[in-house]
Amino acid sequence: MSEILTPAESEALFLSLRVSAVAVFAALPFAFAAALLLARTQFFGKTLVDGLIHVPLVLPPVAIGFLLLTIFGTRAGLGAWLLAHFGIRFVFSWTGAALASAIITFPFQVRAIRLALEGADKGLNEAAETLGAGWWDRLVNITLPLAFPGIVAGVITAFAASLGEFGAIITFVANIPGQTRTLPLAIYTALQAPGGEAEAARLSVLAILLALIFMTLAEMASRRARQTA
Amino acid sequence: MSIEVSLAHSFGAFALDARFSILQPGVTALFGPSGAGKTSIINAIAGTFRPEQGRIVINGRTVFDSARSLWLSPRERRTGYVFQDARLFPHMSVHDNLLFGWRRARNRTEVGEIERIVALLGIEHLQERMPRALSGGEKSRVALGRALLSSPDILLLDEPLAALDAARRQEILPYLEKLRDEARLPMLYVSHALDEVARLAHHIVILKDGRVARQGSVFDVLSDIELPAFAGSPPLGAVIETKIGARRGDRLTALDFDGGTLLVQELNRPQGTALRVRIRAEEIMLALEEPRTISANNVLLMNVQGVRHDSTTHADVQLLCGKTRLVASITRASLERLKLVPGKPVFAIIKSVTVDTQMTPQFD
Repeated sequence: MSEILTPAESEALFLSLRVSAVAVFAALPFAFAAALLLARTQFFGKTLVDGLIHVPLVLPPVAIGFLLLTIFGTRAGLGAWLLAHFGIRFVFSWTGAALASAIITFPFQVRAIRLALEGADKGLNEAAETLGAGWWDRLVNITLPLAFPGIVAGVITAFAASLGEFGAIITFVANIPGQTRTLPLAIYTALQAPGGEAEAARLSVLAILLALIFMTLAEMASRRARQTA
Repeated sequence: MSIEVSLAHSFGAFALDARFSILQPGVTALFGPSGAGKTSIINAIAGTFRPEQGRIVINGRTVFDSARSLWLSPRERRTGYVFQDARLFPHMSVHDNLLFGWRRARNRTEVGEIERIVALLGIEHLQERMPRALSGGEKSRVALGRALLSSPDILLLDEPLAALDAARRQEILPYLEKLRDEARLPMLYVSHALDEVARLAHHIVILKDGRVARQGSVFDVLSDIELPAFAGSPPLGAVIETKIGARRGDRLTALDFDGGTLLVQELNRPQGTALRVRIRAEEIMLALEEPRTISANNVLLMNVQGVRHDSTTHADVQLLCGKTRLVASITRASLERLKLVPGKPVFAIIKSVTVDTQMTPQFD
């Protein structure tokens, strides 16, 4: 790698991968719970909850970054409290970038998992119940294994989408090399410098390659999900 | 061994209001056309469908009582449900499917019982396979084994043969018969195929438009001339329980029944074997005097019990032979010529070749 990429480029690449991985896996349990709620239960206000989960899809990422900044800024509110009691700080840190990416890609995960859960045959769940399996038992031994390919597809799609996040990250955690300067931010930085077009082009090619790889993986996973469903 | 069912539920235009009880062990057929409410009833017993009102008691244990707001979940009911579409878990091997209920049963059977049931169903060699690699008939047998191994109090079968072609049905029916004769388990068998009912069931509950139109012993109900009024128009014919009699030298086999002996084409079965046969109403000829020289091997003296002639062309005659009830279909012209009225003795002429000893599905 070191012969092809400059240290700054590989730093941006690996930071991007790390931020996206942490974002997706940290959000996964919540996305699963939300998908389960939407797929398997009926409750008052379900449409509102469904809408709220999908808001990040249509909201300008900059607005999300700004919202996060007001909530987690260290001068007041939740951000100040977290810093004082746990020493946790999201602003200007890669964990903040992961938080922003997690929120933005949350709808992708929920959608894919919900489809997988809805596709998992209800009849099989019924059969398991008549055979003596309780709620958790059925979730772990029937629903989850059947929904697994769909969950994988959702995770990969969310990961790929997360690699491209720009607005929310730069607004919430700024553009710090090695800390929050992911691939899209590195491209933006290169374009800001005089004569940086060549560098921006190199980074863009890298971004395109990454996108192609993960979208292919996501497509393969969702094809498998359809076959097993 | 008993089950009491009484339910009422309104599905918009269709209302279910069924009440029946089965006090005897054995196979009870829930029979009726599609949309008569059969599957809803079986689902209510299994606990996958909750009716608005009713009460269900299985072996003295109340599992549903709307008056007391009592509703046990399916997992607490100990019913073995064999679904029409088998519903094997696609991500588990046949072995894991079979043991799914066994592992979760509170009153789980010994390990030896697993081998016995697996052998009974002839699925020993399938254990390592995945469900998608099974034929339709094999899937049905595995589903049957899985339900049996969960140690149920009652076995519920929802048209387990409906998804199979005629050849596969013939493959499964003997296993169901063996199960009926060997497993001391009450079975509720949903079906709209009369041949399955005739072959398997002891009792029958006929459903029509969500209500119980008739219930009773298969032997009484299927030969009843009033049956067409209850159950659409299934082909009439008596199902008779016989025992294979002493061997004869004339290539015929004697079947003893409560009322006489039937001679049929030679069967290769030992004396004393129980055998159900079916004699269709159109195959019985009636005569007022005993015919002396005739090719038919069976000429049995019977009594006319009743006549039903709501058709302009033919009439159904109810016959009693000893304690066994039969039914004959004849033309209106014959009925008038013979002047058949209840109480009149007649000779019933039955050709050996027309007695159905295989119970193959030729009517459906």
